[in-house]
Amino acid sequence: MSYDPTAAGTTADDITAEEPPTLPTDRRTGCPFDPPAELTALSDEPMRRMRYADGHVGRLVTGHAAARAILADPRFSSRYELLHLPMPISGVSGELPPAPVGDIIGLDAPEHTRYRRLLTGKFTVRRMRRLTERVEQLTIECLDAMEQAGPAVDLVEAFAQPLPALMICELLGVPYTDRERFQSHVATLFDQTADAESKGEAHMALLQYLGELVLAKRAEPTDDLLSDLTTSDLTDEELAGIGGLLLAAGLDTTANMLALGTFALLSNPDQLDALRADPGLAEQTVEELLRYLSVADPLLRSALDDVEVEGQLIGAGETVTVSVQAANRDPRKFPDPDRLDIHRKATGHLAFGHGVHQCLGQQLARVEMTVALPALFARFPTLRLAAPPQEVPLRDHSNIYGVISLPVTWDKEQTHE
Amino acid sequence: MSDPRDPLRLSVDRDRCAGAGMCALTAPEVFDQDDEEGLVVLLHPAPAPEHRAAARMAVGLCPAGAIALDAPDSTDS
Ligand code: HEM
Repeated sequence: MSYDPTAAGTTADDITAEEPPTLPTDRRTGCPFDPPAELTALSDEPMRRMRYADGHVGRLVTGHAAARAILADPRFSSRYELLHLPMPISGVSGELPPAPVGDIIGLDAPEHTRYRRLLTGKFTVRRMRRLTERVEQLTIECLDAMEQAGPAVDLVEAFAQPLPALMICELLGVPYTDRERFQSHVATLFDQTADAESKGEAHMALLQYLGELVLAKRAEPTDDLLSDLTTSDLTDEELAGIGGLLLAAGLDTTANMLALGTFALLSNPDQLDALRADPGLAEQTVEELLRYLSVADPLLRSALDDVEVEGQLIGAGETVTVSVQAANRDPRKFPDPDRLDIHRKATGHLAFGHGVHQCLGQQLARVEMTVALPALFARFPTLRLAAPPQEVPLRDHSNIYGVISLPVTWDKEQTHE
Repeated sequence: MSDPRDPLRLSVDRDRCAGAGMCALTAPEVFDQDDEEGLVVLLHPAPAPEHRAAARMAVGLCPAGAIALDAPDSTDS
């Protein structure tokens, strides 16, 4: 991919012209970790008008304070049927359908609150920390298998994907050996190039699988979250929907952070050395990677009312695109934001969102990343990319950013238990 | 800004709480979550000096605005 300033996109002129620009999505800077240059160029302007796929004119929010204010404000709805899409999905025209049963990301209070309350107790800081030992065991198993398979492996396939997948399957009570029945469907759901029909089919297949599983858990409960939830007042349909959401979210989020995070650390050897020298920095390294990479982006909301944010009036009915990656690079919040700096206090980043929808699985993701990244670098002290960095394929068309594969290698005699 | 170790009095609103766990993560000596709903449990409404900075940070981080911070009323000392 070459940098071509005449290619489709926005120029400085467009920004001031009558016609509001569309969402910048093109990462042409040559740095796979940086947001599209047009997005971060807006950093002194926290909010501006933006044109959506269907012609709707709403907002684009790139400032940290404005993003936080909007995500925390119940006057901004998450209901899909009220949203306009920044980019078209082929096969979707007109109003979006409301959230399918169990997809709590697309609900507002009080419906959202009811579901969320049933789940938050299962994902507390304490409960997730109790999983640390189990995450450590699974990490060792994955690293053993990777060592056997290598040197020279795809880190995504060998490590970044299986670890969170094994963990979420165990937590939910989904047999990992069934993964051909759900993994590809989850991938389709997150794929922005998939059309509405294949997304619909993938969703149906996922629900079909979980529906069968829910019936099995009702008949014969086991020690896991899905079985646990069968004792609540949730219907089978609700349980299958929630199970599908948790499974999808567990499979395709942390995996991208692990692979892209490894890529980022390998590309910033001074930061990697600092982490190696002081494993006590693991937790804040994870926060900084979350900020720097902001893989779940953007977040969409719809104004239910006229609302003033940072001195600008957002009109009822406007869709607001909250660019988490831009907000997390706002220099007013994070000085020298384009630098990966594991010594900085990155707390307050919006990588898990903000407000009542803030990521339910964040404490699990934190435990996984805090265990897995240092363990990977400890096991393979000579770990390095096995391809030129510019050839690493990127997930440019996915709801969750990351790498499609990450070829890595190491010196065989230099691995550590 | 006031000294982060200045006395403070906290209160929590469990109806607003979203159970995200930011407070229990940031100031575990001051906040916990219950096991059933994962909602905030305030362990120390008037935290000890060494926990005040973390408590203040937790107030600022709470995604649901469920933690309120008041300087203790000078008359109730
Ligand atoms: C590093 C990994 C992860 C990132 C970056 C991430 C990011 C996010 C973000 C930004 C949101 C807010 C969406 C919105 O406001 O519209 C969210 C919500 C959510 N996440 Fe995560 N997530 C991660 C891992 C996980 C994991 C492992 C799970 C599995 C349990 C999970 C489950 C959820 C659920 C269920 C919601 C919806 C919560 C609600 O609407 O109340 N996430 N996540």
